[in-house]
Amino acid sequence: MRKVNKIFTILVFIFLYIPMILLAIASFNSGTDIAVFKEFTLRQYGNLFRDSTLLALLRNSLIIAVLSSLIATVMGTAAAVGIHSMGGRMRSVIMGVTNIPMTNPEIVTGVSMALLFAFIGHLLKINAILGFGTLLIAHITFNLPYVILNVMPKLKQMDPDLKEAALDLGCTPVQAFFKVVIHEVMPGILSGALMAFTMSLDDFIISYFVTGSGFITLPVEIYNYTKKPIQPKIYALFTLMFAVILTLMVLMNLLQLRDSKKKATTQRKDFMKR
Amino acid sequence: MSKELIRLTDLTMSFDGEQILDKINLYINDQEFLTLLGPSGCGKTTTLRIIGGFLTPDSGDVFFEGKRINDVPAHKRKINTVFQRYALFPHLDVYDNVAFGLRISKLPEDEIDRRVTEMLEIVSLRGFEDRSVTSLSGGQQQRVAIARALVNRPKVLLLDEPLGALDLRLRKDMQNELKRIQQTMGITFIYVTHDQEEALTMSDTIVVMDKGHIQQIGTPEDIYNEPKNAFVADFIGESNILDGIMLQDCLVEFFGRRFPCVDKGFAANEPVDVVIRPEDIDIVPADAGHLCGTVTSITFKGVHYDIIVDFKGFKWLIQSTDYQPVGAYIGIRLNPEDIHVMKKSEYSDMFGDYSSYSAEYDEIAEGGEDEE
Repeated sequence: MRKVNKIFTILVFIFLYIPMILLAIASFNSGTDIAVFKEFTLRQYGNLFRDSTLLALLRNSLIIAVLSSLIATVMGTAAAVGIHSMGGRMRSVIMGVTNIPMTNPEIVTGVSMALLFAFIGHLLKINAILGFGTLLIAHITFNLPYVILNVMPKLKQMDPDLKEAALDLGCTPVQAFFKVVIHEVMPGILSGALMAFTMSLDDFIISYFVTGSGFITLPVEIYNYTKKPIQPKIYALFTLMFAVILTLMVLMNLLQLRDSKKKATTQRKDFMKR
Repeated sequence: MSKELIRLTDLTMSFDGEQILDKINLYINDQEFLTLLGPSGCGKTTTLRIIGGFLTPDSGDVFFEGKRINDVPAHKRKINTVFQRYALFPHLDVYDNVAFGLRISKLPEDEIDRRVTEMLEIVSLRGFEDRSVTSLSGGQQQRVAIARALVNRPKVLLLDEPLGALDLRLRKDMQNELKRIQQTMGITFIYVTHDQEEALTMSDTIVVMDKGHIQQIGTPEDIYNEPKNAFVADFIGESNILDGIMLQDCLVEFFGRRFPCVDKGFAANEPVDVVIRPEDIDIVPADAGHLCGTVTSITFKGVHYDIIVDFKGFKWLIQSTDYQPVGAYIGIRLNPEDIHVMKKSEYSDMFGDYSSYSAEYDEIAEGGEDEE
């Protein structure tokens, strides 16, 4: 039975990762035919880094991802603290409302945001409102729930006496947050920020609707490429992006693992004291 | 004694429609060791949190040195707290935990260093400065928590069941340690506990609470020897509580027999509760006793035996160092000062009967003590 389980697990993994592996292999292939691996080459990577348009798009994507995840992290943490301090029923209602955008189909979010921006543009008499600003606002919006969702459990886990102890020792509520509470919820803030960063980096659907011709991110432009025969340097780009996001995710999991391990050892100690 | 420091007037508080405090009136003197004692849910922790500034009472006032401080937030009160689960800051080491309050009040770093070092000396934690607080034992964490609060030289230190998580031996050591620190530093301690022995050992004044009311305020001797009602008598130590009639001053009748006692000031023939502490009862041969009964069980407790004796269907607990076999017919003698007479109260007939007594019963009761 155990053997069957093992084989099944391996099959699932192969199924999940075979497209990525294929892509990675293709990116190192010197030939143009996907079915035949001619010989190993890094030429596609060289082409990629000489392609100034692609690099500019990557830079755009990174700018949006960094800015939107930073702003969303600050706003989301503040929101989580506010929601946490609410009473029980109010808190669950607000959390429900916060979660809806995550389950909402992205295309709906994208179209409704485009509509909203068009409406505002019309109201303020701005002709081409879609661009960097609207893209940033949209990314912050869809990143916010991820940050709140990562910070909230940390706030709940925190010993409420810690904040009171800080107040007791003379901290104003704001000082208590920055000197004590933030250290306790930091793992949540970091994983929230990382998640927001990756979500923003690979978002295509929402970005497609809310950006103008002035500021285009990588995923949107790549969509345009797919209409023509795809260039092998794109494979190299995708492989790199996959590697970066994979690294970030592994990092995030390690962070959480370390955190829960720390919790477990202190809990064990507490238990032994009794 | 010394001057009054804190006064609570008519404090009332309820959560979700449940009355937690009902018109609490209390004053606390400077440099006093005062204990709020009572079972879970009696309102003692709520009272403490109101004094600390973490809760605002529904009505009633809190005065500190004569000034009303209801609206003064916790961080502006000259009061510090030792929390039940210590609440040490896990991201700081021992030194930085203790220095926390002083750094917030922006004292010069050399003074901070002097005071932290001095405080760690007092709680015997020199050499632990760089240790992470999570690596310390329960007793050590406790002492860091005390040092962290006391280093700010508060007028009042609030302690919320601080010894609850420690084992018995460590708890006894810490009781002495706390009393010593309180006396050397001359700080008012307000201590919350459900452990009557802890309260008797350390306090200058004990406030016994139940169901949001103060049942009795007094010195440990007063509370133990002159309990005001059946609740206090039962909560502070073991007691046999009987129905009696006060015939006249210094003469009480129970079990159909008249006993001389030392209590006065009751109406003639007033029904009363009579308290007899199990350790005050002298066992004598049956023919020489005031009352005679049959031993139904005996339990060895180390220092003494717990003996349950059946007197006409009412079971008494007697503590004696002498062994009595089960089934023995024995007599008891009561001296006038062994008998304490109390007015009838809502708690009459609820406590003091050992008919359902068993040794395991005690352990269950102790294990189940958990504060809100």
